[in-house]
Amino acid sequence: MRLLPIVITTVGLAAAAPAMAADLTVSVEIPRLNTASYHRPYVAVWIEKPDQSAERTLAIWYQQTRNNEGDGKDWLKDLRTWWRKGGRAMSLPADGVSGATRAPGRQTITVPAARLRNLQPGQYNIVVEAARELGGREVVRVPFRWGAANTGAGTGSTELGAVRVAVSR
Amino acid sequence: MKKTIALLTLAAALAAPMAAQAHRAWLAPTATTLSGTDAWVGFDAGMSNQVFNPDHAAMRLNGLAITAPDGSAVQPENAMQGRYRSTFDAHLTQNGTYKIANVSAGIMASYKLNGEQKRWRGAAAEYPAALPQGATDVQATRTASRIETFVTLNNPTDTVFKTTGEGLEMVPVTHPNDLVAGEPATFKLMNNGQPASGLEVTVARGGLRYRDNPEESTVMTGADGAFTVTWPEAGMYWLNASVRTEGQGETLGSNASYVAAMEVLP
Repeated sequence: MRLLPIVITTVGLAAAAPAMAADLTVSVEIPRLNTASYHRPYVAVWIEKPDQSAERTLAIWYQQTRNNEGDGKDWLKDLRTWWRKGGRAMSLPADGVSGATRAPGRQTITVPAARLRNLQPGQYNIVVEAARELGGREVVRVPFRWGAANTGAGTGSTELGAVRVAVSR
Repeated sequence: MKKTIALLTLAAALAAPMAAQAHRAWLAPTATTLSGTDAWVGFDAGMSNQVFNPDHAAMRLNGLAITAPDGSAVQPENAMQGRYRSTFDAHLTQNGTYKIANVSAGIMASYKLNGEQKRWRGAAAEYPAALPQGATDVQATRTASRIETFVTLNNPTDTVFKTTGEGLEMVPVTHPNDLVAGEPATFKLMNNGQPASGLEVTVARGGLRYRDNPEESTVMTGADGAFTVTWPEAGMYWLNASVRTEGQGETLGSNASYVAAMEVLP
């Protein structure tokens, strides 16, 4: 009888999470840089098809306010690759996608299965792009497969550290 | 500027095969790709041997027009003419692509009066009435010059690419604010509304002062007036073509030129 609860739990999970209902987790290491005038980077995270066209933006972190230098959106174009491949066509702020800039350290984005319901199974890249005021710009691509559990990893050298991608289940 | 262009065009016309030796006219933006609710862009306009390097003559902006994505005219602000360059700002308040163009068209004539060689330049409507009585050996040419650039706030649009059918004009196949190093870009040239085939287009990258090799290239337009450039690297590029049409009977010959500044991002 001790087995019963476990069985029930497993069945319960399976019912709540059908085959495609996997979560996508992306962790991005924002390096701590010793520089005289550090500003947190603008970061965009998006899913890219093998032909490098953008599938959808998962996260865009930028200054949410206007200060005496201008509005935070004024510098979105500095995420050049993301801007050209889809950012400029987006209307921001976007629910569940845009947010404030993040501090150095490991930042994790978990995209629940429900939000990726219409993502066709197949091979994709996670692209992370970072651009920093008075700093540089870097793009890191990490391949992953959508449709089964797998992980991928990549790393930047200047504006980004380790980027890890995990598809659960 | 009109006079300067006229003289330069004349010089170019007189030394037709040497046209490439004339000073180059350029109208260069401080930025082409912008984001936010509004943005300001500055422009420099001049004539010089090295493109975008102001060291010869400022451009007169008599024919300047800034066209907003909705087709309305934007007034240039903070305009100033320096010794070597003219500058002005444009305040972008609409999403989309703006066209900034300095356009001139008219008739240039040379004639003899009492044995003396003279020149006249003016609007087509004034010709030939504006020539003095007793002018002989009249040689007239229609001229059309278009010097332009494009800037985009947020998502690019293509409403400003409508052609007028006058002179040499560019119709983008690739959006001029969507250019990236290593990727090919295609544009079409139209002369008086017709595809301008067999024209030589000069492609020159700015920043020549900081390198030794001009790294200039030329490309020919095809039967449909189209030409393709694969940008070797990022930078501000100067594209130029000109076409000369011989006069026939009553119809005057013409001299049309086109210049664009386009930014290629890494």
